[in-house]
Amino acid sequence: MTAWKRCKQLRMGPVLTLFILSGCAQVQPWERGTLSEYTMRPDRDPLYDALTEHIYFSREAASGGRGVGGGGCGCN
Amino acid sequence: MYSEKLIRCLVICTTSLLLYAVTSFATPLKRGDAFPELGSYQLEGTLPERLQGKVLLVDFWASWCAPCRRSFAVYDALHDKYQEKGLVLIGISVDDDVDMMQTFLEKNPVSFPVLRDVGQQLVAQCSIKTMPTLFLIDQQGVVRFVHNGFGGEETKEQLIAQIEGLIE
Repeated sequence: MTAWKRCKQLRMGPVLTLFILSGCAQVQPWERGTLSEYTMRPDRDPLYDALTEHIYFSREAASGGRGVGGGGCGCN
Repeated sequence: MYSEKLIRCLVICTTSLLLYAVTSFATPLKRGDAFPELGSYQLEGTLPERLQGKVLLVDFWASWCAPCRRSFAVYDALHDKYQEKGLVLIGISVDDDVDMMQTFLEKNPVSFPVLRDVGQQLVAQCSIKTMPTLFLIDQQGVVRFVHNGFGGEETKEQLIAQIEGLIE
């Protein structure tokens, strides 16, 4: 292996890692205003949640799978 | 040969990740550190005159922070009780939106001065870990106590004891 190839190999690791890390951002405690908005809450719409849950456990036949009573038949 | 290359690559990647982690986490301001000079930051609002030689309470808060709302009534009562004895309480809002801050203050009026950290440079310098964070600073400008978050009555009692210990 030539010295140039070895040098290129050694450089690949950090370059690739830095490239991947460039997409990362740490949200600081004082920058969480948007995250704390009501619209960011996954449970903001109870009706939508109930519908989604019903579809989910009917499809999966897993009624009661999220901690509520049920036999797992998916029939309710 | 392949495994040697792989190991070398993994070592380099891990080192890069560690370097990234070390450089991206700033050290938070802690007990015994000198609190940054408030006048040298871009703070919107009027700083109280003659801060030197006073016991200072600096509260970092935001309008979107629920515990900050609860803390305001307590801090206001402390300000009223101890301002004659030399305590200065300053609220530093880290809000991006000045209107949000004003709406919050209209709903939660306080008698202590409130400023806004426009570029969020002061809060970044202090590198707080929670909202709200309260710094109790002695007459020499040294951080004596740090309160991360607001714990209601418990925080209030701690603060009273700490303030009285510093003022006397």
